[in-house]
Formats: sequence, structure tokens, C-alpha cells
Amino acid sequence: MSIWSEETQVRAKEIISRYPEKRSAVMPLLYLAMAEDGYLTDEGMEEVALWVGITPAQVRSVASFYTMYKREKTGRYLVSCCTSISCMLLGGDDILHAVEDESGVPHGETDDEGLLSVEHVECIGACGGAPAVQVNYELIEGVTSEKARDLVNWLRSARPEVVNTDEMQELFGGVRSFDWAVSEVDGAIGPYPAFQPLGTVGTEVGE
Amino acid sequence: MSAALIVTRRMIDHPADSHRIDVYEDTGGYVQARRAVGMTRDELVDTVKASGLLGRGGAAFSAGLKWSFLAPARPAYLVINADESEPGTFKDRQLLERDPHQMVEGIIITAIANEVHHAFIYIRGEYPKSARRVQAAVDEAYACGYLGSGIFGSDHDLEVTIHLGGGAYICGEETALINSLEGKRGEPRLKPPYFPAAKGLYMLPTIVNNVETVSNLPHILDMGAEEYGKVAHETDTGTFLFSVSGHVNGPGNYELAHGITWRELIYEVAGGIRDDRKLKAWIPGGASAPWFVPAQHLDLEITKEATEGAGSMLGSGAVIVMDETTCTVRAAERLVRFFAHESCGQCTPCREGTTWMEMILRRIEEGQGREVDLDLLLDVSDGISIGLAWPPKMTTICPLGPSAVSPVIALRDYFRDEVMEHVRLGRCPLGTAARGASNSETDIDRPEVLAVETRRERGSGGRPPGEGSPA
Repeated sequence: MSIWSEETQVRAKEIISRYPEKRSAVMPLLYLAMAEDGYLTDEGMEEVALWVGITPAQVRSVASFYTMYKREKTGRYLVSCCTSISCMLLGGDDILHAVEDESGVPHGETDDEGLLSVEHVECIGACGGAPAVQVNYELIEGVTSEKARDLVNWLRSARPEVVNTDEMQELFGGVRSFDWAVSEVDGAIGPYPAFQPLGTVGTEVGE
Repeated sequence: MSAALIVTRRMIDHPADSHRIDVYEDTGGYVQARRAVGMTRDELVDTVKASGLLGRGGAAFSAGLKWSFLAPARPAYLVINADESEPGTFKDRQLLERDPHQMVEGIIITAIANEVHHAFIYIRGEYPKSARRVQAAVDEAYACGYLGSGIFGSDHDLEVTIHLGGGAYICGEETALINSLEGKRGEPRLKPPYFPAAKGLYMLPTIVNNVETVSNLPHILDMGAEEYGKVAHETDTGTFLFSVSGHVNGPGNYELAHGITWRELIYEVAGGIRDDRKLKAWIPGGASAPWFVPAQHLDLEITKEATEGAGSMLGSGAVIVMDETTCTVRAAERLVRFFAHESCGQCTPCREGTTWMEMILRRIEEGQGREVDLDLLLDVSDGISIGLAWPPKMTTICPLGPSAVSPVIALRDYFRDEVMEHVRLGRCPLGTAARGASNSETDIDRPEVLAVETRRERGSGGRPPGEGSPA
């Protein structure tokens, strides 16, 4: 008996079918497990182990290698501030401190309500639009300290169901690495990447 | 200055919708993939070899030669490395989001040339938007019969699977990427014997190509190897995407042929230094590359040979520009912190060395440095990359560890006085003491840490003991 919903089980089967060997599906299945529980629980890792036919310890060894598999309770909005070289040169540290200060959440931690997690991250490939921040891996480029504070307050008050990169860029962003072209209505629904095979893409209401 | 745009032409001509299949096909898209279906492996490999196409992921190895090494066993696999994570690099993100079909067409051509029936696109986890755009393009290509069984009505089948990474820089190293794709920790494999062309994914022959590399393929077939080869500076054929970031007025991706000077790239193409400040240093090829400084390198031509001759590399094409307000100790600390965080932990020199280097650099930046610290830093660096030569002598399975040494070499060669000023003043002379977050949990003030360092100093011999030497 799987602990996963019917829908997640269907997705798991589909994902496994896309690889010549089922162990290759460990990484996408770990994201499925995160989407089920909000973060990666021990039970989630045990379930992944059953699906791909390896031991829970092997699954844990994979999960612990990668930074995006959050094995502790993570907020509904994961705010990741880049402090790598190009962002640092243009004030990335100040952005991180503004987010920490405004939210009251130090990097690496989550607020009591389970709404916001704050982390500092290494390069997220937005160096031409530094300093950059991601919310649930949806990007905002050219952020200022003031806008970063606004972002925290917006997340707390608006509590968007779907975190949309174009909307956030419009509200809180500035210089971009390149022209993003057409805007999209899709976005993230939790602290994991929004990608359709994982079933983690949300569409903004009213669009 | 950009005489010929190749891979960014379509996105400039069609700013709103270059990622859609109808626009792609209206502008000559998929014509070359259709042609390639009727060509032999030899014809395709020879064309790519003749074009002189170099891999765009960082190692700049001949793409055609890489293909020709593919062992005869089948099935063989193609893996597209879209795990772009070298600090300073954001070129592949633009190609993935703005012209994904160009890459898909390159995948089809590569698959036909190498008798591959299953390709994987490994996209870094922090690029979900890129993954969504690529998935949409792949879905469109499947619907048109350009992917799937019997592509373009031929008997060639080609499946494409998009795989999302988990946030590990090291997975950009091709053997680590393969381990990751097999559902394992992203730890690099030993070469030999695990050259992907012979023993790659599932121990079968595998080609790993970068996004920009395969995005050039439709154009090579379209222009012909000879014409493509003319867009060149001597042996560096085709155009290269430069990701320019840092203290310039015009950061961004620029598609250029090699041969202009650094002065032209920084002051003309990228619009010069912000607020007309002075240029202090720049990193010519991503975080791993040794730095350049204006007094020595500004009028150097940007070519593979000239850059390597001057002791650095063009790497992933990331140019990180630092103006006179930059504290080079802080910049070095930030770069080394990256490598310490991203070290996979297999090899002791890298795992331990990068962590020590980060701690020593932070201590200097925070005003707690000692006279001997630069030498100590060089000693630890020497343990990772013997002789501090370029290209580095390897003590590790992959080049990540030796890459961490590059900023330290810059401090030794160009900014020794600035380092010593930190020590003398007991603070950062530029007033930008690193207040940033640290990846390392270790407290640099802990007495046992100093004791370990002094043991190292004694062990290495011949160097004067530091202030922290044991009583």
C-alpha cells in the first residue's frame, strides 16, 4: 500500500517509465515526495525506496547530497537569496540581511507559522541581473533591499497560491540578465521546482 | 562588434515568441534535422569535425572528435548538460528559455550522427522555468513527429527525457552528471576508466554535450562546415556566448567571435565600468579561472590560445568584472566558499583544503588574520594543486578542488599588499568586511582550530611560526 495519493502514484509510474532503469527516477520521485508532504520526510524517502527498488538508506544518501531536497520542515514560501560572487559584488549580502531583518527569520530557518523559509544560496545563474532572489525557485532579478522587504511583506499578506516569476519580477525586480520575452501564468505551488511531470505547476487564478 | 549572430539571431529578430515551434519553423527550423536523417554517421561527424566546433561547456574540446570517440557498443546515450552553475554563467538559461527548439534540433542531429535513440536533458533544479520551456518545446516536437518513433518518417526512433537536478554544481562535471542521472550521489568518476564515450550512463557509450554546443549544430549544417569555420578567429571557430556580470554598465550575454580585446569587451561591448570607476580585476572564464588585471591583460586578445598563454582560461564564457571598490580578499573568500560548499567530498585535498581556505580567508577579511596567513593559504592550496601551476596538477578526481585555488593565486600575484593591509590594520581597508552568510559552521575563533593550523605549519617545515604557535 502506497502512502501516496492516487494521482502521485500515476505520476510516479509515468516518471519511472521514462528511464531505462528505474533507479534513475530517484531524483524526480524525491520531488514528488516533497510535494506530497511539503518537505522530504523519512516516510517519503522510504516510499521512494520501495518504488525504485533500493534501500531507504540509499535513498537518504542521494537526498542528502543535493541542497534542494529539504529534509526539514520548510515554509510554504522558500526565499533563496544569492550571495555568490556576482550578486555579492552588487549587494547580495544586503538583500539577504534585508530579508532576514524584515521577516525575522535567519537564513537556514523557518518561521513559527511555517510560512517563510529563508536561505542563502550559491549562484543561481542570474548574474546579469544581480542581485537575484528566488521564491520557490521562481526568479526575481535586480532586487534592491527595499524591494526585498516589500517582497517579504507581500508574501505574508497576499499569500499567493501560485508563485509567479513574471508577477514578482514586475513588483520587486529591476535589471534582468536578458529579455524574458512573453510572460507566463504558470508558477510554483510549494518549496520545490514547478515542473509539469512532477505535477508541481500551478496556474494563476483568473487567467 | 557582433558581425555574425548565430545562436541568438532568432531571439533578437523575434523578441516575443522565438521559443514557439511555428516561429522556429518559419525561420528555417528543423530543416537541417530533416536533412540529417538522410545523412550517414561519417558525413555528420566529418562535417562537425571540419567546422572546428569546440565544446561550449568549459573544456573547449573538439565536439566532432568527442563524437568520433564513441565506442561501438549499443545502446548509446546522449546527455545534454544543462546543469549550468559555474558562478557568473547564465548563457544556457537564455538559450533554453528563448530558443529551446534550436537545442532540440541539435539533439536530433547529434542523435542521428551517433546512432542514439534516447537523449536526456539534465537541467539544473534552480531553472524550473527553463525546464518548463524545454518541456513545451519537446512536447511540440513529439506532436509533429520530430521526436518519438520514426522521426521525420524515417526508421530512426528518438526519445527525450528531461531530468531536473537537485542543486549540486558538481553535477556539471560529466561523470558526476551521469551518476546523478543513474539516481546516485553526484560524485565524479575516475577517468580512466570511466570516459563517458566508452563507459558512461549505465556503463554504456554516452555523449555529454553542452546546450550551446548542440545549439550550434543546425547552423553548421545550414552554413556548411567551411562557411561556419570562417566565422572565426584562427582556430576558435564560430561564435561564443560571453556572460558579462559584476561592475559593468551593461551586464548580459553577448554573442561574439573571438579576437577582440578584453578592453573592447569590457569598455565597449559591456558599456564600461559603473560610475566611471577604475577597473581592478576580472575573471575571464567563470569562477574556476585565474583572474586577469588591467596592467597586464587589458589589451590581450580574447582567444583560447592567448588566454591560456596568460595562465587562465575562457572556460564557460563568464566574465566577472570587479571595480576599484572591490575587496579582493572578500571576493576570493566568496569564490572559495562556493567550491567548499560544492565539493562532493570524495577527495581529501578538495574536501578539507577548500574548507580550510574558506576559513583562513574569512579570518583575514574579518580582521583576525596573521602575518603567516597568506603563506598558510598558499600551502593549503599547494596541497590541492601541486605547484600552483596552470593548468593545475591534479590531486583529485575532478577539477573542482584545483579551481578553488585560482582566486588565491590572484591574491598572491596581484593583491599581496591588500592582503597584508588587512592583517596590519586588523580590518578590511576597503570598509566592506564580509558580513555575508557563511556555509561553514566552524567558528574561526575556536582555539582547537588554531592548534590544528599550527600543527600543519610545523609539519610543512621551514616556515616561520605564526602568532598562534603553541607555547
